[in-house]
Amino acid sequence: MLLRHTPKEISERKAVTINPAKTCQPIGAMYAALGIHGCLPHSHGSQGCCAYHRSTLTRHYKEPIPAATSSFTEGASVFGGQANLMQAFNNIFSVYNPDVIAVHTTCLSETIGDDLPQIRKKALREGKIPDGKYVICASTPSYVGSHVTGFSNMVKAMTEFSESTGKKNGRVNIIPGWVEPCDMEEIKRMCGLLGVKSILFPDTSGVLNAPLTGTYRMFPDGGTTMEELKATGDAVGTLALGQWCSADAARQLDKKNKVPATVLDMPFGLAATDRFVDALRTIAGVTVPDELLTERGQLVDMISDMHQYLYHRKVALAGDPDQLISMTEFLVSIDMLPVHIVTGTPGKKFEKRIREITADMPAEVNVKAKGDFFLLHQWIKNEPVDLLISNTYGKYIARDEDIPLVRWGFPILDRQGHQYFPTVGYKGGIRLLEKILTALLDRKDRDDEDKKFELVL
Amino acid sequence: MNVMEKNMATAEEKMVQWDPTDVKAELLKKYPPKVARKRAKQILINEALENETPEITANVRTIPGIITMRGCTYAGCKGVIMGPTRDIVNLVHGPIGCSFYAWLTRRNQTDAGEDGEQYMNYCFSTDMQDSDIIFGGEKKLAAAIQEIYDLMHPKSITVFATCPVGLIGDDIHTVAKNMKEKLGDCNVFAFSCEGYKGVSQSAGHHIANNQIFRHLIGEDDTPREGKYRINLLGEYNIGGDGFEIDRILKKCGITCLATFSGNSTYDQFASAHQADLNAVMCHRSINYVADMLETKFGIPWIKVNFIGAHATAKSLRKIAAYFEDQELIDRVEEVIAEEMPQVEAAIADVRPRTEGKTAMLFVGGSRAHHYQELFRELGMKTISAGYEFAHRDDYEGRHVLPTLKVDADSRNIEEIEVEADEKRYRPRKSEEELKALEAAGLEFKEYRGLIPEMEEGTLVIDDLNQYEAEKLVELMKPDIFCAGIKEKYSIQKLGVPMKQLHSYDSGGPYAGFRGAVNFYHEIDRLVNSRVWSYMKAPWQENPQLSAAYVWE
Repeated sequence: MLLRHTPKEISERKAVTINPAKTCQPIGAMYAALGIHGCLPHSHGSQGCCAYHRSTLTRHYKEPIPAATSSFTEGASVFGGQANLMQAFNNIFSVYNPDVIAVHTTCLSETIGDDLPQIRKKALREGKIPDGKYVICASTPSYVGSHVTGFSNMVKAMTEFSESTGKKNGRVNIIPGWVEPCDMEEIKRMCGLLGVKSILFPDTSGVLNAPLTGTYRMFPDGGTTMEELKATGDAVGTLALGQWCSADAARQLDKKNKVPATVLDMPFGLAATDRFVDALRTIAGVTVPDELLTERGQLVDMISDMHQYLYHRKVALAGDPDQLISMTEFLVSIDMLPVHIVTGTPGKKFEKRIREITADMPAEVNVKAKGDFFLLHQWIKNEPVDLLISNTYGKYIARDEDIPLVRWGFPILDRQGHQYFPTVGYKGGIRLLEKILTALLDRKDRDDEDKKFELVL
Repeated sequence: MNVMEKNMATAEEKMVQWDPTDVKAELLKKYPPKVARKRAKQILINEALENETPEITANVRTIPGIITMRGCTYAGCKGVIMGPTRDIVNLVHGPIGCSFYAWLTRRNQTDAGEDGEQYMNYCFSTDMQDSDIIFGGEKKLAAAIQEIYDLMHPKSITVFATCPVGLIGDDIHTVAKNMKEKLGDCNVFAFSCEGYKGVSQSAGHHIANNQIFRHLIGEDDTPREGKYRINLLGEYNIGGDGFEIDRILKKCGITCLATFSGNSTYDQFASAHQADLNAVMCHRSINYVADMLETKFGIPWIKVNFIGAHATAKSLRKIAAYFEDQELIDRVEEVIAEEMPQVEAAIADVRPRTEGKTAMLFVGGSRAHHYQELFRELGMKTISAGYEFAHRDDYEGRHVLPTLKVDADSRNIEEIEVEADEKRYRPRKSEEELKALEAAGLEFKEYRGLIPEMEEGTLVIDDLNQYEAEKLVELMKPDIFCAGIKEKYSIQKLGVPMKQLHSYDSGGPYAGFRGAVNFYHEIDRLVNSRVWSYMKAPWQENPQLSAAYVWE
């Protein structure tokens, strides 16, 4: 057994987190920053933070993750990291020449109280930031929230560049939240089908799913441009996908530029996608094209075709709040039973939303924000499930308890496809369903006795 | 064009000669003057000086904003040294990230059997919150230790400090001491391995090893069996390297009491002082432990290298020579004779496809040296190499040790003063015996470093960064580049295969005889893969259309 020291009996833990279902803010800030065109993320802290985030993102995407660090030493930790950051600006613009540097803090620089905007001001004054270049500053203390919070904070920091000219530009801001590059692409495709002119930020498509051509470009074509970020202030409205990932940025645009904001769930599964499409249609004043309606019908068709394999199968889930809310709703809508749900990210609202979504479900539900995989495993030992949906770390539980696993979320370190095949939208729903059914039916094929083994399922 | 022809073609294209001086100038060209001056001292053209190794600057601060390969002190302590200790609970005191990123990402394999203690699949953290940063985290740390003990009853719990812990002044050592006393049967101790200390992972290795030495080694005097008893120092069982070395040692009849720290257990460390020889693999991460074991317990040490089949054979012969027992000397020869045919068969198969190709290695504090052995066995030349976190002695050899300057960063890393143990100090060899062995060619406490083993005109570069890596590959066009995960895909985007020598790209083992065979096949796969010929679509190779194609 891989997790042989996990007892079935659940005891209260107040101090130790075991097998976390979250990580720290800065990695989320780094991922978000990669969605800005020509942007080099910069970690203001010890060089280990940057190394760890780059390694984790690299393992997930199998792509280069460029990012720089202030390389704090003991001296910088005592006297402040201003000199390190000023030096870093100079070196980065000389050597890598990005359009933008997106600086985020770490627990180290936060604890000593480095003030990024003040350092940026000084750098501007001293000519360390060349004309036409930008520096984004996000405060991302690792001891608050989770990687999701860090993503949100960096996206919120991007809104600093929004400008109001007084004339609306007819575009809709879409803040996609922490989804995969292909999901961002899919959201843009759906907007295209609807005829909605959108500004998507951040946008990692074309950055973290780049082709192999024999040339390395540190700054590929993808990513939201600074011009687009500026234009967000003149948009007709903002759709923020995900309360945890995107709402803060949308509210900030509302406050700053009077761009009305609607916060939606991330468009995973049928109902959440319906709400997304409906909101887009309303905000942009367009008609939903038949093409999108057909995609919706195809998803409904597949649910009905395979319903017997889904009905009342129990599922355990671990992941991030915005994703889990939509996923739980999707599972309930196809008559599956999501019975154990944990996120490491804090937020009482999460437990409340999950309780609402599962209120009519014919099974008891365990749900916890600020939970961990250790607790999830204990729940599973007490109430076994037919399927586990989580990031790669779930595979240790899946193997010990012999449960099929669908890898979904962050990070996925041992399988491929997440950067290419979207799970948002109706088409993404079909993909999710395919993954769930494949896992369940592969298990059935493995477990059925010879005399019961079937060709047609 | 088939693959062989394609490879021949690329080999010809690469005949373009580069001059190391020009390459160095090109690497420095884009830097601001201050950076260029600093980097110039870390980029060395390997020239034969009169009986002298050229001097390189190493183990100095990374430059802010220059995309480095290095990690932090915590990574060296928790990730590298303590990560492979399966029956010790590693509790990270800090915000969640540090513990999360070091969770199962280093591929240290271990064999705890069916029901042995095995905590390596777990990740323990105090997950400090803002209130802990403001009011201090000592109480939470003590409570976390108690909760782990109540849940799992491990024989040892170790605590790792992350950056904010040092800043807010949590006294982790006192918490650990108090909890050790309170629990009674659990050895609790701590590491002040905040990420901002030192200039690289290397400081973390030192901090980890010092505490192992202080709190673990020599704790168990129960006699350990074995005719030829050694410790293997600085072998971390990545991809099962340690398993292969264990297999070979066992086959020779050599008992490895403790491996520091691949596939290790608490009890192995506790009785390591009973060994009669320390064999040091990774000089950088652990040579000082070998020194301390000698001073305190009288165990001599030699440098070994089990990367490369011939290096493995040589290392086994060194160990046998040390014990001066004909039975062992003969047995080692038998084992080498048994193992080498499979190695030679693999070389004979692979070498025609690798001969004359070139490699670059930028990794770790020993690997960039050790792995050159394997490339040499394949007829490949290492044209540029360097370490991520090594010191000058790892480049130039231990003779530079007395001349090394202690700077502000290294001064902060504790050096333990060790004396001979009153009861347990026992010189394994007399002065005369040691001298006789040295006269016969066995070197004690000696490591000559990477530079003397590299050819003239090659480039040795310390703390290579992203920009220089890309430039080097563009200019010198190696057939393979070796580094870590962060470097992998930017190199491969250039169309050059990249081999990870930290995690082995999920492969391995590469140590010992069977490992060497694995490596030959792996390099064959990489440098001769068809995929590198797919960079351009057919229409990009012949882009000019003279007329529209007519269907017939």
